[in-house]
Amino acid sequence: MDKRVTFKGLWLPLLLVAPQAVVTAVFFFYPAGQAIWQSLFIPDPFGLSMQFVGLGNFEYLLGNSYYRASFVTTAIFSVSVTLLSMGIALYLAVLADRLIKGSGTYRTLLIWPYAVAPAVAGVLWMFMFNTRIGVVSWYLGQLGYDWNHVLNGGEAMGLVVVASAWGRISYNFLFFLAGLQAIPKSVIEAAAIDGARFWTRFRTIVWPLLSPTTFFLLVVNVVYAFFETFGVIHTITAGGPQQSTTILVYKVYADGFVGQDLGSSAAQSVILLLVVGLLTVIQFKYIERKVHY
Amino acid sequence: MSGMVEKRGLSYWLTHLGLIVGVLFIFFPIWLAFVASTVTQAEIARPPMPLLPGPHLVENYSKALVAGVNVPVATMMLNSLVMALGIAFGKIAISLLSAFAIVYFRFPGRKAFFWLIFLTLMLPVEVRIVPTFEVIANFGMLNSYSGLILPLVASATATFLFRQFFMTVPDELAEAARVDGAGPMRFFWDILVPMSRTNMAALFVILFIYGWNQYLWPLLITTNPEMNTIVMGIKQMFPSGDDLADWPVIMATSILAMLPPVIVVISMQKLFIRGLVDSEK
Repeated sequence: MDKRVTFKGLWLPLLLVAPQAVVTAVFFFYPAGQAIWQSLFIPDPFGLSMQFVGLGNFEYLLGNSYYRASFVTTAIFSVSVTLLSMGIALYLAVLADRLIKGSGTYRTLLIWPYAVAPAVAGVLWMFMFNTRIGVVSWYLGQLGYDWNHVLNGGEAMGLVVVASAWGRISYNFLFFLAGLQAIPKSVIEAAAIDGARFWTRFRTIVWPLLSPTTFFLLVVNVVYAFFETFGVIHTITAGGPQQSTTILVYKVYADGFVGQDLGSSAAQSVILLLVVGLLTVIQFKYIERKVHY
Repeated sequence: MSGMVEKRGLSYWLTHLGLIVGVLFIFFPIWLAFVASTVTQAEIARPPMPLLPGPHLVENYSKALVAGVNVPVATMMLNSLVMALGIAFGKIAISLLSAFAIVYFRFPGRKAFFWLIFLTLMLPVEVRIVPTFEVIANFGMLNSYSGLILPLVASATATFLFRQFFMTVPDELAEAARVDGAGPMRFFWDILVPMSRTNMAALFVILFIYGWNQYLWPLLITTNPEMNTIVMGIKQMFPSGDDLADWPVIMATSILAMLPPVIVVISMQKLFIRGLVDSEK
């Protein structure tokens, strides 16, 4: 895809791309290169010299039970966040789509939490479930349930999942509602005239036609859960208790900045780089071309 | 699914009921934060806290804005504003220029440049934190606005968006500009930029929220509380030991932290939705 009409010149276009080229080179490619380079070394304890270890950092990481546990944690976390927030959003979008009037009002009411930062969402949920003063934990206590996400790893995971999914409902709702409204009403009415009930219509017509939206949201939400939930984890649990909520991105931070283990942190960055690369390729190759109706 | 299929009746009211329950679930945490920002510390410290607002709104908010915990919240809000505006305007400016070059010129390295931009999609700041931190430290940009803004300012999404849009601009316009003897920059300023106004506005809404809501990056490079942004500063307001946090002030700060992006979303809803859909395409 090229323009037929172009302007002549050599220095002008180079000048125009220069700002982006410089920023990209200095703050994206150079650091990424550094991460790859550092992942091959172990610095000595005083930081004076580096010892080349080849793939040693990677071997160590993959053999390290904490790192493998962090992979499992990330998988559980991402899948839970994605399914929970997409599930609630789809449910609300289906309801809103049934209305002839008023779906716009609900849309306004439901979309603005998109603007709440994950870290702020974390603080809000941590406040509700605070073990000493939280309202929800207090009422749970009245019901005989002793909530303590500071000590209980399962409860900690549940809380960061709900807080992360909560902030994401708006986004998913918006795309699901748009997807539903794009389905031709005539198709659904035809099915209704043929006697297909709501659930049958949903399963056989709406859901398949919605699949491009669903698939797109799946990938986008996994990316969100992987990378953008750092604020939620950091504010609510700081990865604890006993690393039960330490997702991969949190571990890069904890090992690199808190633990100062640069070689390992760099190797973790490289592994994450591969994960993002894979997700980006899936997003571009698969979503754009394969899922069509 | 269409409303026309379902008759008005029980299912109609159940639909509304379901949506209202959803809205309440979404609102509840924010409502509680708002209530907490209008009562006293003593009321929160003795659970359960009230579920309706108290009379201490002005007191708590002015305490947060003027004094804060480590640093006045007004200072943090200013930092967030500079960061968000810097990222939004910066991204739009450099993307607009490079998209113009890619679409309207044939220069050596054009394809390579395009792919380099594409690759930046795969390098979110979270995966390159340590080396990017080192670059910023070497430039002496810790605790500075340029340190907060520059590493987040390159954007493949915005560049692709403008490229996409320029491709739809009729060739006749560039042709006419050339016949009239107008140079490329004249064409850019007088024709392309005005035509891109809606795209820019939609993108601005999304990028402003993106910049305002940054957490990890300001957490790393602003060690001086004076440079903290509000979203990352909230966590810093909690005492490290066993002391009880100053909840009314912290919750007032949380409300203040979400106010600007929420206002942007609600007041520019059409542009927001357009920006969201455009930037994810």
